[in-house]
Amino acid sequence: MTQATLYALTGLGLVGLGLYALIVRAHLLRKVLAFNVIGSGVFLVLIGLARRTPAGAPDPVPQAMVLTGIVVAVAATALAVVLMLRLRAATGRITLDDSPGD
Amino acid sequence: MPLDTTGLGWTVAVIFAPLAGALLGFLAPRRAVAVGLAAATATAISAVGLAHAVLTQGPLRLAVGGWGAPLGIDLYADGLSATLLLMTALVGLAVSAHAPAYFGDKPRQSARFWPLWLFLWTALNALFLAADLFNLYVTLELLGLAAVALTALGGSGGALTGAMRYLLVSLLGSLAYLLGVALLYHAYGSLDLAVLSALVADSPATRAALGAMIAGLLLKTALFPFHFWLPGAHASAPAPVSALLSALVVKASFYLLLRLWLGLFGGFGAPLAELLGALGAAAVLWGSVQALRQPRLKLLIAYSTVAQLGYLFLAFPLAAVGGAAVWGGALYLVLAHALAKAAMFLTAGSLLRFGHHDRIADLDRAVYRLPLTVTAFALAGVSIMGLPPSGGFVGKWLLLEAAFHQGRWDLALVMLLGGALAAAYVFKVVGFAFTPAYAGHRAGSVPAAMEWSALLLAVGAILLGFAGPLVWPLLEVGAPFAAPPAPATWQVRP
Amino acid sequence: MDRGSGGKVDRGGSQDASLGFRLGLGVLLLALLGGLGLAVLSLPAQAPGLAPAVGARMAQSGVEHQVTAVLLNFRAYDTLLELAVLLLALLGVWSLAPAPRGDDSAPGPVLATLGRLLAPLMILMAGYLLWVGAQAPGGAFQAGAVLGAAGVLARLSGCRLPVRLAGWPLRLTLVLGVLVFAVIGVGVIPLGGSLLAYPPAWAGGLILVIETAATLSIAALLTALFLGGRP
Repeated sequence: MTQATLYALTGLGLVGLGLYALIVRAHLLRKVLAFNVIGSGVFLVLIGLARRTPAGAPDPVPQAMVLTGIVVAVAATALAVVLMLRLRAATGRITLDDSPGD
Repeated sequence: MPLDTTGLGWTVAVIFAPLAGALLGFLAPRRAVAVGLAAATATAISAVGLAHAVLTQGPLRLAVGGWGAPLGIDLYADGLSATLLLMTALVGLAVSAHAPAYFGDKPRQSARFWPLWLFLWTALNALFLAADLFNLYVTLELLGLAAVALTALGGSGGALTGAMRYLLVSLLGSLAYLLGVALLYHAYGSLDLAVLSALVADSPATRAALGAMIAGLLLKTALFPFHFWLPGAHASAPAPVSALLSALVVKASFYLLLRLWLGLFGGFGAPLAELLGALGAAAVLWGSVQALRQPRLKLLIAYSTVAQLGYLFLAFPLAAVGGAAVWGGALYLVLAHALAKAAMFLTAGSLLRFGHHDRIADLDRAVYRLPLTVTAFALAGVSIMGLPPSGGFVGKWLLLEAAFHQGRWDLALVMLLGGALAAAYVFKVVGFAFTPAYAGHRAGSVPAAMEWSALLLAVGAILLGFAGPLVWPLLEVGAPFAAPPAPATWQVRP
Repeated sequence: MDRGSGGKVDRGGSQDASLGFRLGLGVLLLALLGGLGLAVLSLPAQAPGLAPAVGARMAQSGVEHQVTAVLLNFRAYDTLLELAVLLLALLGVWSLAPAPRGDDSAPGPVLATLGRLLAPLMILMAGYLLWVGAQAPGGAFQAGAVLGAAGVLARLSGCRLPVRLAGWPLRLTLVLGVLVFAVIGVGVIPLGGSLLAYPPAWAGGLILVIETAATLSIAALLTALFLGGRP
């Protein structure tokens, strides 16, 4: 197993852990953090496999993709956190209840 | 290569006009409505221009930056993209006409609505034109965040809960899609759809990517059992936003799924097609039954969306044999549903303004006091039911015909049952529009713009049934339902 | 995504999912990950990807660092949309709520001193990162992140934006990155023949202009996002 595949498998492991927490945990902040862990896992898969170039310097395109992805993840996390705070201010709850609509 | 300015100009305009409108609307919030309406008009004109260019010149491919795939990003406009851009323009114009009246008494909300809505439109147009997998991811995220911000605009507890759930689901779907993109890139070395469609072969990496991307997009398209987030989000958003979400946003992820299926994965997806068909059937039945049970109008319409999206997935098993005709039927359903569902949500907005509530049982003889609105709802309902002579009928007819020819009695039965259930819930609403409410209330006045925008969309859904000779030639430009062509790009640097 | 339907969970949805559900989910996820892991292991050990294609065109890109070339030239359209995503997130945050009334008491001595010492250093660092992005890892996002951190630190140490700057000057700064990028992208069409097609002679300069505007925007956006609401 090369270094690249090791990083990629670790990334997949992160995806799994994050997905488990996203589904199982009820507290919204935990869900947001879980989403960030999943994101990090996917980025790790992207970057880890970029080291397989024969020439030595890693492939620059996945690096650019991950840079873009990190910015998108930061933006999404910011929106999620503020939405969560507003939800708590409006309803007093920090979890999602099961019934749709109000 | 000759510089074909017509196609290039319209392609750039259709993405940058709404973007410019969003930026200006943010910079000058006091004039947000005027800027928004101007940008909406400019975008709609660009969409028509691009459709005309596609119709007369064939599919257009633009190499952004001049680099060309696989190094650079390509924009690709064929008949499918152009048709969906036109659909977006029609619904977008109607919602833009409805919104100033809807938000008329809330100027702060109005000032925030326009930049968010124009960003949503930018994302939709960019998505329909994108031919690069990672570019599609960025447009998906732009779309998702705009949709969530618009959903939360109402500010109530229900709206915020619906928006939060929608955000988490949307982000999970995008990440699943991105994982698939990562696997495909590392397996084949390109992000361009046309380049990949030539390279893709059946391998563990392809199958894993297929699974991840389709799962992510199914989450975003709310196919049963991933539909749990949709009713909460679509019902608790402001009415113009609900129209956008049901008519346009869920269709964008369906479009992407279709593109991936046709371009990359169709060859080895046969058992998956059956699964999608089964889930679609479940969605039709479950969504329709749930819609019938709802006491509130917006929830009824939202569950109706769940059901109608199920019809689209019935096309997957049918198209394995039926080919382009079946996909054409599914696309006709997409168009008809967009117009009809947007009309329905806009009528809900009018009724909300009229009665300050959306309980179906208390519609209080709305048919006499808001005849245009109830007519709009009834006409939209005709298309949703699939009765002739509406657009919904044409789409359903094509799918039913394919089902009969292939002996798929199970799918045909589901479609007929779905139509009957749809008739039930449409007539439920229309029936209550004739009855008085138990407690009378002071009726709010509904501005004409709100009623007419809904009515015109509903009439459009009916006229779509006659518009076949206009729609089919455009839809089939570039043979989107056949194997994609080799990547030949314009304006590529030597 | 709170699917607490394991059977014994409180239907109010305020608790984590039940044990049975968790075990089932764990098994399902392990199976999924196994499949994905097999897919990753099946990939060839060596694959050039797009690195040769990038290397072949570096001379026309206007910069010397490959990642910067990909971000700001070959795949600049993605970067433009990504800046729009960041701006959109701020729009969403502003549409949700006014900024929470922060604690206006004076910051402690450690924070005040750190703020005074570090903020100028961070600004300098950001300028360096922006400039060096053409030759080495760096560029608009890295510089913007450091500058944004300086903004957060300044905010924490008690700096407040003067009111006359918080109106349209602030909004202009927030929008500047996307605006400059879009204007240049559309403006080069007559020169380069396509959207975002910089003429090779001017590419380096145009990229620097875009990156400078983007750095300022990103820093303002990140600080504003930290603030958490309308000013």
